Amino acid sequence: MTGFETAVHVLYLAAAVCFILGLHKMTSPLSARGGNRLSAAGMIVAVLTTLVVLAHDHVITGVGTGMLAIGLALGAAAGLMTARRVKMTAMPQLVSLFNAVGGGAAALIAFSDAISHTGSVPLSAQPVSTTLTTVLDLLIGGITFSGSLIAGGKLAGIVPGRPLTFRAGRAINLVLALVATAAAVTYTTGHGGVTMLVLLCLAALGLGVLATLPIGGADMPVVISLLNAFTGTAVAMAGFVIHSTPLIIGGALVGAAGGILTQLMAKAMNRSLVAIIAGGFGTGDEQSTVALTAGGPVREVTVDDACLQLAYATKVVIVPGYGLAAAQGQHELVELAQGLTDHGVEVSYGIHPVAGRMPGHMNVLLAEANAPYDELKDLEEINPQFATTDVVLVVGANDVTNPAARRIGNPVSGMPILDVDKAKSIIVIKRSLGHGYAGIDNELYLNPRTAMLFGDAKAALSSLLTGLHAYIT
Amino acid sequence: MTLLLFADITIFVLSVLVGFEVISKVPATLHTPLMSGSNAIHGVVVVGVMVLAAYANSALGYGLVLIAAAFAAMNAVGGYVVTDRMLEMFKVRPARLASSESPTVDEP
Repeated sequence: MTGFETAVHVLYLAAAVCFILGLHKMTSPLSARGGNRLSAAGMIVAVLTTLVVLAHDHVITGVGTGMLAIGLALGAAAGLMTARRVKMTAMPQLVSLFNAVGGGAAALIAFSDAISHTGSVPLSAQPVSTTLTTVLDLLIGGITFSGSLIAGGKLAGIVPGRPLTFRAGRAINLVLALVATAAAVTYTTGHGGVTMLVLLCLAALGLGVLATLPIGGADMPVVISLLNAFTGTAVAMAGFVIHSTPLIIGGALVGAAGGILTQLMAKAMNRSLVAIIAGGFGTGDEQSTVALTAGGPVREVTVDDACLQLAYATKVVIVPGYGLAAAQGQHELVELAQGLTDHGVEVSYGIHPVAGRMPGHMNVLLAEANAPYDELKDLEEINPQFATTDVVLVVGANDVTNPAARRIGNPVSGMPILDVDKAKSIIVIKRSLGHGYAGIDNELYLNPRTAMLFGDAKAALSSLLTGLHAYIT
Repeated sequence: MTLLLFADITIFVLSVLVGFEVISKVPATLHTPLMSGSNAIHGVVVVGVMVLAAYANSALGYGLVLIAAAFAAMNAVGGYVVTDRMLEMFKVRPARLASSESPTVDEP
């Protein structure tokens, strides 16, 4: 190893260390921003180091340099613009888009590596470790690229969010999987060449589309996490193909992150990964389901009465759900909470892991509306507190508050829920008695201590805000 | 199996384990920034694109470099910028206590 090579490897190692320490700093909201910047600094080090290597080696052609420069400039500009402009509610689709391009780039690496080898090293002379990782990179990267685009399209409303299934779907899936396997095996064993890779790539793209179309909108937190893990794995595979340590480390870290989040989300939704991928179950958007009357007496509450309860409470817990984000009522909610806090009421938010379209989405939406993060409590933190809570305000959340989850034998059995029914009084803001994602009645609404405030979340919160002025100054 | 490949596998396995260890400590509040931040980390694929750009010498190769470079740069730059934007919003309650408490603390 020459001195130059040593320096390059040390710098790559430094970049990897920055990534890991950056992720480590994400454990607290206080240090998270610094962590992200440290990670970005690592990325800059890795890129600059590679630039120096390119300049040092003198292998790159003039045209190659030009193409690389144009590509990087275009991509950076596009990334910067979308990242600056995106609304926080649209964050899941942006993450999907970045997943797609990351996976796509990883797949293209396998492709262009294979092309640059043709002529110099015959395929049959290449070690299986290279051909195998090339094939895996293309397969995973291809599935991630098209799958993420479809998932992002569903989240953005370009592709219908409901599960799209068609009769021949499974048969086509099977054929594509067989084609992909055959092409992969042929290439790995040193036959077929680039044609096999094209075939594999097309099959992978098809598989990505067909695997994502049947998945319902409410399963998106799991799907995004899973695709995130896939992209990480594809990047790590690309690292194996070209023996690049930063790619292997970076990819592996993301693979682990996506894996953990996938597990957490699937658990929080009470769904197995297999069931989600098999797809075709509900859409999760309350608004789209038919309103049904629950089988018992449901108590309604007036705005004035709700305000009175809130103003004279000592402790209030707010439980926001996706309905809140759909109605864009975060700002009214946080204003209400701040009014109560200023009045001396102890206010916190109880946030279920799947309250949103991606892991932790609700927290970001509330943080954007200026809710202090120390008032945002997760499931484990808030559940012991409900017993001493005077009023729980449920806004746009349904299944995650259904006490039926504690019993066996129904669709939500075993799902971790927020124990709102343990509070002294429960106010539920909801458009109707419609069903949630699981498609069953919410027993919470029949609880004698529960009162319903029917209406759109944003409108109801606005009237609560106005009404509250009579009780607090 | 070559020594080089084995070294790569070792790095991969250990990185996955480190990832699991570090990330399982991230609170649910920060899961979205975590995901977009880790998303930005897989933008490191840009390094791979740059390494391969050196070997491109055909029209197809150049085309692939162009697209891959654009994809990877978008991933890395966009990922970091949007994560920073999100994390900037996570604040503790601003010091508004003084104004809200002043009317009640006028006891002698």
